[in-house]
Amino acid sequence: MAPLLWTILRRLVLGLPTLFGVVVVSFSLTRLLPGDPAVYFAGAAPTPEAIADLRRTLLLDRPLPQQFAAYLGDLLHGDLGRSLVTGQPVLQDLSTRFPATLELTLTAIALALLIAIPLGVAGAMRKRSGIDHIARMVSTTALSMPSFFTGLLLVFVFYYLLGVAPAPLGRLAPMGFPPPEHTGFMIVDAILSRDWAACRDAAAHLVLPALALAIAAVGPLTRVTRSAMLAVLSSDFIRAARAYDLPRWKLVYAYALRNAMLPVLTTAGVVFSFLISANVVVEKVFSWPGIGSYALEALVASDYAAVQGFVLAVATLYVLINIAIDILYGIVDVRVRLGG
Amino acid sequence: MALAAALHDGFRRDPLTAITAGFIVAICGLALIGPWLTLHDPLATDSANALRLPSWHSPCGTDQVGRDICARIVYATRLDLFIATSAVALAIVVGSALGSVAGFFGGWVDRIAMWVVDTIMAFPLFVLAMGIVAALGSSVENIVYATAIVNVPFYARTVRAEINQRREAGFVEAARVSGNGSLRVLAYHLFPTTVPQLAVQMTLTMGWAMLNAAALSYIGLGIRPPTPEWGIMVAEGAGFIITGEWWVALFPGLALVLVVLSLNLLGDGLRDMIDARERR
Repeated sequence: MAPLLWTILRRLVLGLPTLFGVVVVSFSLTRLLPGDPAVYFAGAAPTPEAIADLRRTLLLDRPLPQQFAAYLGDLLHGDLGRSLVTGQPVLQDLSTRFPATLELTLTAIALALLIAIPLGVAGAMRKRSGIDHIARMVSTTALSMPSFFTGLLLVFVFYYLLGVAPAPLGRLAPMGFPPPEHTGFMIVDAILSRDWAACRDAAAHLVLPALALAIAAVGPLTRVTRSAMLAVLSSDFIRAARAYDLPRWKLVYAYALRNAMLPVLTTAGVVFSFLISANVVVEKVFSWPGIGSYALEALVASDYAAVQGFVLAVATLYVLINIAIDILYGIVDVRVRLGG
Repeated sequence: MALAAALHDGFRRDPLTAITAGFIVAICGLALIGPWLTLHDPLATDSANALRLPSWHSPCGTDQVGRDICARIVYATRLDLFIATSAVALAIVVGSALGSVAGFFGGWVDRIAMWVVDTIMAFPLFVLAMGIVAALGSSVENIVYATAIVNVPFYARTVRAEINQRREAGFVEAARVSGNGSLRVLAYHLFPTTVPQLAVQMTLTMGWAMLNAAALSYIGLGIRPPTPEWGIMVAEGAGFIITGEWWVALFPGLALVLVVLSLNLLGDGLRDMIDARERR
């Protein structure tokens, strides 16, 4: 276990300069936001004193380096500031809304892998066949669809035309009672409390936004699966395995696919960051109460702390995901020796 | 010219790429002369004819205030193409300068340049673009800057890798020996060798730049109504999707998908051609 821990530590340290850059950029960006939050939050008829008072509480009257130092100090205490819109600490806002985003994104990645891996494998197994061309068309088309448009198309077909999907308004039907919260994942919570009606309702609300997100991820994942499989299938050890007359399924799934998973995993990490971006748009289309729609509301209100918190949380998550992928490498591919 | 001959040869082998190239040329033509071809004013409202189904008179229907959607799509072509091309052009200039210097000089210059690039890449790129537009103010110009900034890392990395790989090559040494200074070698001898890869990268990111800009205006940043632009038109039609007025959002969305799809197909085709040429 020790070398594994060591690797995790080393990767975290390697991520620090990047994280510092992220903090600098997000701080300077939000300080440029138009509109004075002190005026915005002083109310309908602000007195100059009230505004000056607010500016002092928000530290807006200090020079920028001092504001930045104060911000860094708070960060080290895990304090992301207080959202001016909700009045809650940003960290609390983000953590109550984060499970909704995570539920959506993880479902989308799972769906995308379920579509992309078979397509990519089929394309690689029968290069230049009909299925290869279909796989290529599917991945290029998926790559060219803006996720807001995909989402709207899905709503039109499955809600308006076929009437099989619920209205695109959040995680549950308006009259639905959310199950008692354990994990924040609506479906898991419903299963835990054996509330099958809520479970079905939550799943029905999840399918379309997850599919809209997944389609955005299918393109790169299919391509990378196909090219990785092609590379592995033409390698010596597969030729040897063929010569030993191993069963075809074992050759493809146990040997080739396992080796081809490395680049697929890397791409899945990149795609994750991309999906967090696409989330903002998809959450708007489906009124999904995640951190993406939170960030949008915060942007409109020039809510510094909330926007910074969102950007930081997402960038930190991305760095952590990349570390997780590095570690997964060691599990999937024994040739990568961790900490060696 | 060698490039023209290579393109001719490539298009003969790969008719799909030739067709998409033709389509993109046609779209560019439409962006230039489109406004003279449409029968309707894209901003003229007509409340008596609001939310009409597509008909002979207005082939894509009319929107909630009776504007002709087809005319708006045609007018929007110019704006959408302008945003994507100028953002990509800016990103190429900045990205290749950064990448060339980093790849050529190495050392701490390289480290700082790559730190900048890695920092940009650590953000979810759309979120960063969103923050930039919100910070600089909602305008077309700022959408261009934001899209350019999030595209810079791709060009910087491509150019850096290419330059790094050829830094010690024989022709570089020859250029040095014949008395060229470092910058001259970099600009006239090394940089031109990166152009094929840059071209591939360009067609591949152009579609993405377009989607990015449209998504920004979809969430309400950048372009303001009533300016016709595909993203904002889809946003305006979004509310009508659940009541069944599908044409308001469908046609501008389809225009966007078609153009991005053909850009992606062209990018793939060009990449295959250049790969094949480099292998020969």
